[in-house]
Amino acid sequence: MNKVQQKRLWEWLITSPSFTWLCVLFVIPTLIVFIITFKPSDPYGGIGTGWTLDTLKSLGNPNYPSIVWRTVWLSIATTATCILLAVPTGYCMSRLSKTWQQKLLLLVIIPFWTCFLIRIFAWKVLLHPEGPLKHALVGLHLVAPDTSLLYNAGAILLVMVYTYLPFAILPIYAAAEKFDFRLIEAARDLGAHQLRAFFSIFLPGIRRGLLTAILVVFIPALGSYVIPDIVGGPHSEMIGNKIAQRTFVDRNLPHASGLSAFLTLAVLAPLLAVLVLQKRKGIEEDPLIEEDA
Amino acid sequence: MSDFLEFKDVSKHFGKVRAVDHVSLSIKKGEFFSLLGPSGCGKTTLLRILAGFEYPDTGRVILDGQDITDLPPNHRKVNTIFQSYALFPHMTVWQNIAFGLQIARRPRAEISEEVDKMLALIQMKDQAHKRPDQLSGGQKQRVAVARALINKPQVLLLDEPLAALDLKLRQRMLIELDQIHDEVGITFLYVTHDQGEAMSLSDRIAVMNGGKIEQIGTPGEIYEAPKSSFVAAFIGDANFFEGKVVELLDDNFCRLEVEGFPDVVCYNDNQIHVGNPVYLSVRPEKFRISRDRPLEDNHHNVVQGRVEDVIYLGSVTKYWVRVQDYRISVYQQHSRFMLDEKPITWKEIVWLSWHGDDGFMLERYSESDEKLMELPPDEPGDTNGVSLGANGLPVVARATRT
Repeated sequence: MNKVQQKRLWEWLITSPSFTWLCVLFVIPTLIVFIITFKPSDPYGGIGTGWTLDTLKSLGNPNYPSIVWRTVWLSIATTATCILLAVPTGYCMSRLSKTWQQKLLLLVIIPFWTCFLIRIFAWKVLLHPEGPLKHALVGLHLVAPDTSLLYNAGAILLVMVYTYLPFAILPIYAAAEKFDFRLIEAARDLGAHQLRAFFSIFLPGIRRGLLTAILVVFIPALGSYVIPDIVGGPHSEMIGNKIAQRTFVDRNLPHASGLSAFLTLAVLAPLLAVLVLQKRKGIEEDPLIEEDA
Repeated sequence: MSDFLEFKDVSKHFGKVRAVDHVSLSIKKGEFFSLLGPSGCGKTTLLRILAGFEYPDTGRVILDGQDITDLPPNHRKVNTIFQSYALFPHMTVWQNIAFGLQIARRPRAEISEEVDKMLALIQMKDQAHKRPDQLSGGQKQRVAVARALINKPQVLLLDEPLAALDLKLRQRMLIELDQIHDEVGITFLYVTHDQGEAMSLSDRIAVMNGGKIEQIGTPGEIYEAPKSSFVAAFIGDANFFEGKVVELLDDNFCRLEVEGFPDVVCYNDNQIHVGNPVYLSVRPEKFRISRDRPLEDNHHNVVQGRVEDVIYLGSVTKYWVRVQDYRISVYQQHSRFMLDEKPITWKEIVWLSWHGDDGFMLERYSESDEKLMELPPDEPGDTNGVSLGANGLPVVARATRT
């Protein structure tokens, strides 16, 4: 066996566990979801035999475009708000002393110690028409007494930003912490205003952290189901709710699979586009998505 | 040439540390000026105050007649070459160099013309589209120089720019920096802890210690006429003798009493009076060493001693000679082929002589300064204990009282 072959075998051996993991728990289930889309439904909630395109046709439901649109804009708004809040936070955290950095990091992580569902229900209490927040806002004449803080898209956006903010702060902080702030001094020295240095030196410097933050917020936001289910109303459904409804209420697995497949493609397409673009640009440029991203 | 850049009574504290302690300094236009001192002496802080990254607790900074103390860094016509180069990693060489002009919103054609000129100056035209991480240390250094110079600063600040390079490259960049200074004629303020760099490049040097300036002068003045034991010990090697003025002679000379020595004649330009205690510093290469007693005249000092150690260093041989309580370090240049005569060796009785002009009476002396030069072996005649400096050469030289 020559050296090249040996190296190949070695590479294959060390990647095989993660490769197997990915196949069994991600690729195969995703393929099953895609396959079920083309199966007929069965009245008992199972999957019928044979193949059909009925599900695909039924995805043309006139209610769906507005739900897809809401899902997309809520996810984009969530991502944008999280990034807008996380970048200054990450920047400031990385400028503090090590001990303060650790304390603040702990504060960012502390919410994870409480169950996700409990935290969402807590919001429901906070935003409740008889809740403290509503009373305070009415008392300050900021909202009319008959406004509802709950069960609308605004409530979903608020709770989604709350939920995903730590996921945005962590990668951005990690990148900012590694960022060489002498580069900011260099930019200032060359005549750049503080803001200019921030945008043309700091942001490109933490671009990997930014990209990670965008992905880890945007993708779960697209598929969120619990948050709109609890704090959203009947007029603020997202795709996740529809998938759940088709699965648990309608017991129509192929239809739910169709929606899931659509969501999966919607997430994968931009990712693949980025990867293809990178390949075309060549390997000498440093890749936008790396293992650490 | 008048004062172009002035520090007036500048101080800066960090917590309880006085990084810069009431420093006043003026630099002429076009000058290559160095701030030299050990790490933590405040030289970098002074540079950062000038660049605008630190605000002084007291004092003003005047550049070209304008008080720039309150200006932010981006409004100062100074540019810095950072020790780490601080090249923007996500930009190409070309983009790095063009950054300053792009910020200034200069027309595109002008930018590309200026950048091409700079690339020619640093001889990196063919590397314009590489990224900093694809460059060698010397190339990064050159890009940093070009990036700073393209803004046509009034003063170029260099913060230990060669510290990250290896010895050979450092020597080459030293020559290149010197050429660039001659070519562009901008005032250079150079911060370094390396006396060799400072001596070879500078028009004038300010030696700093503990946040204060010990001495300002040309490299020659600083080396030949150090005012304090710190300057004498930090720049080159020195022997220190403790004594007392006993008589004033003609032509500004005086006679000193040094314990264990016959009367010592020394130049007394500071007009120190009779009876005052003084510290005398003599550079090791100022001594002449011989087996025969040299002829004496009024201005030569002659003393007998015993060789304790001989270290052959190629271009010079270094001797440790014991005279009473003192261990004197002596450098002898090899001016002729040594094998012709029997070289001076261990345990020989020799004569040391030096001219009264070559000794300097220090204004300030501190025993701790002697630690700047590493300690010699304690045991007389112990040849194994010679400590080696960073460059592999013994850096020890002092007259120790034991």
